Amino acid sequence: MRDKYRRPDLSQSGAARLRTSAMIASIADAQDETRQAPFGEALVKLAAERPEVVGMTADLAKYTDLHVFAKAYPDRFYQMGMAEQLLMGAAAGLAREGFIPFATTYAVFASRRAYDFIAMAIAEENLNVKIACALPGLTTGYGPSHQATEDLAIFRGMPNLTIIDPCDALEIEQAVPAMADHAGPVYMRLLRGKVPVVLDRYDYRFEIGRAKRLVDGSDVLFISSGLMTMRVLKAAERLATDRISAAVLHVPTIKPLDEATIVAEAGKPGRLVVVAENHSIVGGLGEAVAGVLMRNGIAARFRQIALPDAFLDAGALPTLHDRYGLSVDAVMTTVKAWL
Amino acid sequence: MTVQDPPAPVSRAISNASLAQRAYRIRRHALLMGEVQGQGYIAQALGIADVLAVSYFHAMTYRADDPEWEGRDRFLLSIGHYAIALYAALIEAAIIPEEEIPTYGADDSRLPMSGMAAYTPGMEITGGSLGQGLPIAIGVALGLRRKSLGSFVYTLFSDGELDEGATWEAAMSASTHRLANLIGIVDVNNMQADGPSTGIMAFEPLGPKFEAFGWFVQRVDGNDLDALTTAFDRARHHDWPGPRIVICDTKMGRGVPFLEARERNHFLNVGPEEWSQALEVLDAARPL
Ligand SMILES: Cc1ncc(C[n+]2csc(CCOP(=O)(O)OP(=O)(O)O)c2C)c(N)n1
Ligand SMILES: [Mg+2]
Repeated sequence: MRDKYRRPDLSQSGAARLRTSAMIASIADAQDETRQAPFGEALVKLAAERPEVVGMTADLAKYTDLHVFAKAYPDRFYQMGMAEQLLMGAAAGLAREGFIPFATTYAVFASRRAYDFIAMAIAEENLNVKIACALPGLTTGYGPSHQATEDLAIFRGMPNLTIIDPCDALEIEQAVPAMADHAGPVYMRLLRGKVPVVLDRYDYRFEIGRAKRLVDGSDVLFISSGLMTMRVLKAAERLATDRISAAVLHVPTIKPLDEATIVAEAGKPGRLVVVAENHSIVGGLGEAVAGVLMRNGIAARFRQIALPDAFLDAGALPTLHDRYGLSVDAVMTTVKAWL
Repeated sequence: MTVQDPPAPVSRAISNASLAQRAYRIRRHALLMGEVQGQGYIAQALGIADVLAVSYFHAMTYRADDPEWEGRDRFLLSIGHYAIALYAALIEAAIIPEEEIPTYGADDSRLPMSGMAAYTPGMEITGGSLGQGLPIAIGVALGLRRKSLGSFVYTLFSDGELDEGATWEAAMSASTHRLANLIGIVDVNNMQADGPSTGIMAFEPLGPKFEAFGWFVQRVDGNDLDALTTAFDRARHHDWPGPRIVICDTKMGRGVPFLEARERNHFLNVGPEEWSQALEVLDAARPL
């Protein structure tokens, strides 16, 4: 338990302390190739072909990369103010009138504050609203108010809602038109700002509802989504130097889940199945995969890399990724201990 | 409710000259914390320093050595990102030791970037998910009344939070429950994440809105210590049987002209050499 009345030890040198870098912490490593604002750029491109696309936000255009769209199409951009329930209600209204609103805020506010509006005004009528939310899972060191550690758990329970958790800039670019083509509401976990490019090294194309194997291997099967796919790809490379052979199955669509591919991969004997997700251990990809395996009679050795069922600490993002097991180093250590 | 002359306020020993020193020191602590991270909500802290000086060194009753003393006035910081400002006030009030300034925002610090009740003595609530402060204040005010405590609950919220529906649910509830022990403080700095607040949501005219909702309303220059002390005295002593609000028009970056001049100042990046310049400017204008 945290004790706020215990004074900190101030003797350590200041240099050892890490900066929090607040909201705008990047998930990119120094050597990663990145692209700036892939969501905003992709939406601008899409809007040129689809006049029914509009953009909306709840005072977070700048922090969800929607400012790029707002600049390119000022008359198709709606600033709804910091009012997330209104944002979702109004998005439903625009969708009713035939438009395709892309509505942005942070994942915490869409999932926690606006849930009922998304459920009843949007999802129950299967309306064409596309919800793109920054700061999914643990992607800020700012503390629980901005760490959407349970957004998948919350949204998985919502009928009609498609949920996607892209891994990199390339996938976000491909997901944006796919979201518009899909009839019905979609929730996307958005990586914003400088977003790494990773999937160009694999023969990969994003399709809603499809899981794809990026790497094959015989000792471990990683099943992952979002930024954890980036992390397990790096971990798999490094494990190879320790003669541990790891496969990576990337599952960007959390709902509906690609059960057939998951069953086919996890059903291959002899591999430790490790589901890795940037989300609470409760109610996310790990438990979704576990359910699929149980229902299909697959008794693989099964482990989860996920955030604890807790409100997480504030601090520097790299510190927290180490502390909660999402960094490449932490993944390596954890998996080796399981083998 | 139109503003009338208040009953004579209980006179306090502290003069506005020393309040100016408090405000100056709050700004100074905030700049020193801002420098630790090199960036942050520093313009808000400079803008709200006078309001905090009047709250903590004129209006409120509390015990620095016992931040949870039952008889204290409660101060709820709805705007978690203003934590840097409240830490500065809590340091000045000797609730947090000044030596902890270098830990601001660092791993395992008691001073995280967003205000949270579990981390910091004197931080009453966890803010940050904006729009929750006024609803919580309703419950605290009801609770204080149930316990027959004469304490006030002050809650500081922002013009951005006027966008949230929950703020207005609470605004109606406060007068429904005739919460005369509730003092709302709104920082109208005309800024929020995407730009100037008045361009984002048409919340003006704000005073008449709260009046229509049954509040005792005062609107003041939030960087004028005389106006603030008068307004806080009235808020506390007026016989209006419902909630009170002090709408404070503030200037972001106040006290450091080159920061005041920055346009997009919701989240400021300040260059390494600019921090000492900011301190110099502030110190040069130091009140005697
Ligand atoms: C419910 C909620 N929605 C969105 C945000 C993201 N956010 C953080 S600060 C901010 C601007 C709020 O306006 P205000 O407090 O007036 O900003 P400032 O004066 O500090 O520039 C926003 C939208 C949030 N913290 N909480
Ligand atoms: Mg503001």
